[in-house]
Amino acid sequence: METEAAKMIGAGLAAIGVIGGGVGVGTIWANYMTAVARNPSMEDKLRTPAFLGFALSEATSLFALVIALIILFT
Amino acid sequence: MAAESHGPMHQFEIQRLIPLDVGGFDISYTNSALFMTFAVLATFSLFWVATRHRTMVPSRWQSVAELMYEFVGGMVKDNVGREGMRYLPFIFTLFMFILLGNVLGLMPYAFTFTSHLVVNATLALFIFIAVTIIGFSRHGLHYFSLFCPPGTPLPVAFILVPIEIMSYFIRPVSLSLRLFANMLAGHVLLKVLAGFIITLPVVFGIVPFAAVFGVTLLEIMVAVIQAYVFALLSCIYLNDAINLH
Repeated sequence: METEAAKMIGAGLAAIGVIGGGVGVGTIWANYMTAVARNPSMEDKLRTPAFLGFALSEATSLFALVIALIILFT
Repeated sequence: MAAESHGPMHQFEIQRLIPLDVGGFDISYTNSALFMTFAVLATFSLFWVATRHRTMVPSRWQSVAELMYEFVGGMVKDNVGREGMRYLPFIFTLFMFILLGNVLGLMPYAFTFTSHLVVNATLALFIFIAVTIIGFSRHGLHYFSLFCPPGTPLPVAFILVPIEIMSYFIRPVSLSLRLFANMLAGHVLLKVLAGFIITLPVVFGIVPFAAVFGVTLLEIMVAVIQAYVFALLSCIYLNDAINLH
């Protein structure tokens, strides 16, 4: 019973790491918007780096999520 | 998975449709393989229909195929350069396979084969090994300069080289885990939200229903973006191997 509870608490704590990914992804899109608003001609050129940064920073938060799922289901 | 049979994890269970056992290896035709077949057949029929009657002014199906080709072709050309166009067929196949896998999996009662780490790890390891072989065959031992960019001061190199080596070997892990975790999290979220609709009375059930509607749209976007990101990162790894920084 206590191990079950500890698992739940541990998974919840592990999922805190997702905050960092949220902040990172938000920063990237916000700066993309700012950059495009300042210089609309750069939109196409900036799109690929924006998606790349989004994917890379999102991955780190997903690692935290995977750890949480591993704790929960094994 | 220790979930009950109709919990949010039930959708990821692999079922043997045609059990096969060859020499101790379980090579059953599973529902995962069935949806891979669907994805390949859908891609094949799309491009067969699109290129059956080729005209100068494209028909609707032909313009769909041309848009896809231009999208992936432009991505490869921008990120790898002209030499990378040799690998366009592979990147294009990869993109279409993952895209169809993600989008087909969003249909109710469908199975998402990209939500299994085995499938993604196979694709990612294939890319990793192929990129390493391409790099060594093009540059020989000079390929090791990827780990230490020219002009690095010696004290910095002591820190930089281990980091670069680690980031090189973590590539297949992050590439496969990203797609896996996105698909897993998205589908679990959809099922959990859908569970709220049934348990609540009709009047309050509208609120989670609206949420499910919005999340479904988000998931369609994520499915396309993740296929794009997988192909884009493959292009960038290929660029490292071909052009060395």
